[in-house]
Amino acid sequence: MINLTDLTIKDAQSLLQAGEITSVDLTQAYLDRIAGIDDTLQAFLTVTADQALAQAQQADQRLAKGEHNPLLGVPLAYKDVLCTKGIQTTCGSKILEGYRPPYSARAIENLDAAGAVMLGKTNCDEFAMGSSTENSAYQVTHNPWDIERVPGGSSGGSAAAVAGRLAPGALGTDTGGSIRQPASLCGCVGLKPSYGRVSRYGLVAYASSLDQIGPFARTVEDVALILNVITGYDPQDSTSMNLPVPDYTAALTPDLKGVRVGVPKEYFIEGMQPAVEKIVRAAIDQMVALGAEVKEISLPHTDMALPVYYLIAPAEASANLARFEGQRYGPRISAGSMWDTYKQTRGEGFGPEVKRRIMLGTYALSTGYYDAYYLKAQKVRTLIKQDYDRAFEEVDVIACPVSPTTAFKIGERVDDPLQMYLSDVLSLAVNLAGICGISVPCGFDADDLPVGLQLLGPAFGEETILHTAYAYEQSTDWHTRVPEL
Amino acid sequence: MTLSLEQVEHIAELAKLALSDEEKALYREQLSSILDYAERIQQIDTDDISPTATVLPVHTVLREDVSRPGAPREKLLENAAVQEDGMYRVDTILE
Repeated sequence: MINLTDLTIKDAQSLLQAGEITSVDLTQAYLDRIAGIDDTLQAFLTVTADQALAQAQQADQRLAKGEHNPLLGVPLAYKDVLCTKGIQTTCGSKILEGYRPPYSARAIENLDAAGAVMLGKTNCDEFAMGSSTENSAYQVTHNPWDIERVPGGSSGGSAAAVAGRLAPGALGTDTGGSIRQPASLCGCVGLKPSYGRVSRYGLVAYASSLDQIGPFARTVEDVALILNVITGYDPQDSTSMNLPVPDYTAALTPDLKGVRVGVPKEYFIEGMQPAVEKIVRAAIDQMVALGAEVKEISLPHTDMALPVYYLIAPAEASANLARFEGQRYGPRISAGSMWDTYKQTRGEGFGPEVKRRIMLGTYALSTGYYDAYYLKAQKVRTLIKQDYDRAFEEVDVIACPVSPTTAFKIGERVDDPLQMYLSDVLSLAVNLAGICGISVPCGFDADDLPVGLQLLGPAFGEETILHTAYAYEQSTDWHTRVPEL
Repeated sequence: MTLSLEQVEHIAELAKLALSDEEKALYREQLSSILDYAERIQQIDTDDISPTATVLPVHTVLREDVSRPGAPREKLLENAAVQEDGMYRVDTILE
């Protein structure tokens, strides 16, 4: 008897299509596993069991009619910053407790139409602000490889759900590393699409010039299958680009002959765990064995990404989060006048990290400081982008670590915001430049904690990074390891 | 640099956040240290560099000016803390 929750999306789809299993069987297997294990992992904020089984029944009817669609009947989990029609969407915040959106995010609408089944909504740092999922107002999510450690963040619930086999795939969002870093720390595959590749309609905005929705799964091929469905132009998002959508699975071939890989010297920094560097360098050697040409490159403004990000993202957040004032959604704390009600509702409804970033962003945009902080940061952002533009003239892919460390202990960094921000030092620049990146498992340290290889491609170069990640993955067995739970 | 307590209170007022005295003290310290760290961008010469607000090659995106139905009023009001007669009920705006 096969264990249904061990199947990749690709393998589950073959069995569904052949009529050997039903979507109801598959969905029920995941719901049972969630019921058994999620008390430990705390990956889900909401489990939509009844709706999932109803969607699975509909999928089975479509399958019985002979419909072919790679995600038809496949269960998935969605990060709780993505609007789901009629289903509570909290963004991990008390300020949106009880909010039931009247519409679904475009990415989720597309998955619904493809026949995917929603298992539930996953935990995240409040409004996607964080690197450990500890900033959720509701619960702390645990890393499936060591439950005393964080899953990374901000999409930690989605990464833990996929790595812990509570879902075969999931959606997250990535503003500064929030898909790639938890994928690395949990040992699954996570892809941040290029800015403009996936519609942000229905994604509750954190930093609008940086946010992107992207997939998690256990294999590169499964990530490509989800990306195929969520990608594309959407008139409802004026920053989604009207470009052809390829079949991303067509790019997945097993050798790397002629692929030029750049290794940026600035990404192997002081303070990096030696095991992380060793494992990532071994992965790069493996790419050479597969035919890749590797050369060292330089991205000279790499050390500016962190300060630039922590001026631009909070500035955009301070404007985006102005809409939460207790009038149109979420709980209200009345304090007499309108302004006092706003202040009380926001002061109590937002958690410490969100308030910190709103304060930081408000300051960076305020009279007298705008030029020195916000405008200056936008100019340095141009230089960061130009570094990548130049690099991609001589290489096809950039290979580097995702995170300087493996998963850290719960509570270890919560009292020092700057230390926590440094967790993202190798992932932030990608969002500032708008390019795409993927994290693929590339080994384990001495404590059996996973390490991710980060592969970066130019804007709209998803096929290149998927191909490179696939060839590497297929020549190793890291992705087949399962945490004991 | 160290922000003054008055600066912290001014930012909180602009951001419409009610903060406790403990929070003001904490944010004063933490924001000061983050801004100190951010100072390093001042070393970079950006005299001839234009700012990047968006990485996309698009600017103003227009659509056809065609009317279409909006979200239903009842659905939107369902999420309001207080509603009355098909409208949002808010606290006093003008005395």
